[in-house]
Amino acid sequence: MTSKFKQFPGTPLSEADFQEGKILFRHDEMKGDFAWDTGIAIGSYLAALKEGFLLGGYCQTCRKTVIPPRTVCEWCFRPMDSYVRLEDTGTVNTFSLCYVTWDVKRIEEPELPAVIEIDGASPLHGIMHKLGEVDPQDIHIGMRVKAVWKPPEERDGAITDILYFKPIQEGES
Amino acid sequence: MSMRKVAVVGAGMTKFVRRAQETAKELTWHATRMALESCEMTLDDIEAVCLGTAPDSFDGVHMKAEYLSDGAGAWGKPFMRSYVGGGTGVFTPIQGWYHVASGLFDAVLVVCEEKMSSYYPHAQAAFLTIFDHTTERPLKPNLLWIFAMEMNRYMHTYGLSKEDIARVAVKNKRNAADHPCALLGDANITVEDILNSEVLAWPVNRLDVSPVTDGAVALVLAAEHVAKRITDKPVWIQGVGWNLDTAYWTNRDLAYPRYVEYAARMAYEMAGIKEPRKEIHIVEPYDPFDYKECHHLEGLLLADRGQAPQLVADGVTLRDGNMPVCPSGGLLGVGNPIAAAGLMKVAELFWQLRGEAGARQVPGQPKRGLAQAWGDLMQVGTVIILGTNP
Repeated sequence: MTSKFKQFPGTPLSEADFQEGKILFRHDEMKGDFAWDTGIAIGSYLAALKEGFLLGGYCQTCRKTVIPPRTVCEWCFRPMDSYVRLEDTGTVNTFSLCYVTWDVKRIEEPELPAVIEIDGASPLHGIMHKLGEVDPQDIHIGMRVKAVWKPPEERDGAITDILYFKPIQEGES
Repeated sequence: MSMRKVAVVGAGMTKFVRRAQETAKELTWHATRMALESCEMTLDDIEAVCLGTAPDSFDGVHMKAEYLSDGAGAWGKPFMRSYVGGGTGVFTPIQGWYHVASGLFDAVLVVCEEKMSSYYPHAQAAFLTIFDHTTERPLKPNLLWIFAMEMNRYMHTYGLSKEDIARVAVKNKRNAADHPCALLGDANITVEDILNSEVLAWPVNRLDVSPVTDGAVALVLAAEHVAKRITDKPVWIQGVGWNLDTAYWTNRDLAYPRYVEYAARMAYEMAGIKEPRKEIHIVEPYDPFDYKECHHLEGLLLADRGQAPQLVADGVTLRDGNMPVCPSGGLLGVGNPIAAAGLMKVAELFWQLRGEAGARQVPGQPKRGLAQAWGDLMQVGTVIILGTNP
């Protein structure tokens, strides 16, 4: 069929066609404001962040400790209503050095997102956060890290109450 | 299960371009019209329409399927949109398949469209709402983060280098040089070109990832008794599978896509395939990033874990290799209009299995091919197996 078709529809445009006014277009912005309820499990997670610790959920049937906590176990579909206090330390499961922002602007100093397996949670169970106080070239998978918290009076019960995770120096716990 | 046999009897597609002058509706109509003309059918012959298109936020249009419906020929017919993120392009023909296999309809249109260029300043931002609004979005993530981190975990787990992965991009962009609709075909591109392209989110460079694209693809599906009247060369849907993994993506193994394996096993069982590595002649796995092609080949059980890059290095996955992978050029070469890109892979199998792929034709009269797509929050796998035998 492709070999039988000689012409394919579709007319490519370039950015210049827009900038030089060669074509008509309409530009508009849409606004969206939301206030999301935290729910039961995440509400507890955020309250714990405000107190300065990480909260996980534990399924007594599957013997899994997950983070963030949730009200139902995905594996057995039973209620997951026991919460456990986890450490604010962990291990870098993976990371990136990101040189573009969410709207694809270039930045010189990379952002340092990582998945951090939290101590006390089941293997491979972690959260996404950022790394800090580290030379990007020194970051590696398996690196031990610890949360750096906002001062208690500045916390507002959000994931950003942790500023970032920094490497644990040798000799530190 | 008692199910009717279903064949693909026609296909059409637009050029894949960075930015199309045509509206989403117009692109949709062009692909749909071509698909009907390719099998000498008219809209009167079509009993239902299945449409796939990715987030409404790309177009800034609520209920995008209804917006596109006139272009898809849906007026006055049973019509349904499916959406499973990037997996949509292979899920929509699955939806079309069960419309026909169930006995409800004899002829169905499957249409997938994406126009990503309308979103300003860049379509990537349209994806931000896939992150959890409370636990992740305050960190101001961007879409590249999760793929860069998955790629890093994959490379680390199996000791792979950037070069090992970049060979996939080279192969697909070279294959796409033979596709008349391709956005990024380049017969002379090299591994060095990929490695020297701008770093976006290490380990992802600009040429490791497929670009924002506009385009549309359509297929016509028919029940056996109709298909045999329409064409001497129907291409049969032999198996389908789909599967969803957890939305808690930081609570699972990022090095292996188990949801792709579950989807593949479902499709293999339906198709009666016992040894996929011997019985699948062409593979079109989802390749929005070069590492994803390897990741998916392993999930599809077509390569051992961590070994897919070696198949690429050995030339096994070239168009004239033992297991051609993405002979179309894939998303890395043809382009990535999300839902349309997945359906492009199914259309490629249709053309390949009929011997109509022109310069892209896989040698040796292939009899069976597999297309796969992937999406949502890195958690859904959709698989379809097409063959020359019912």
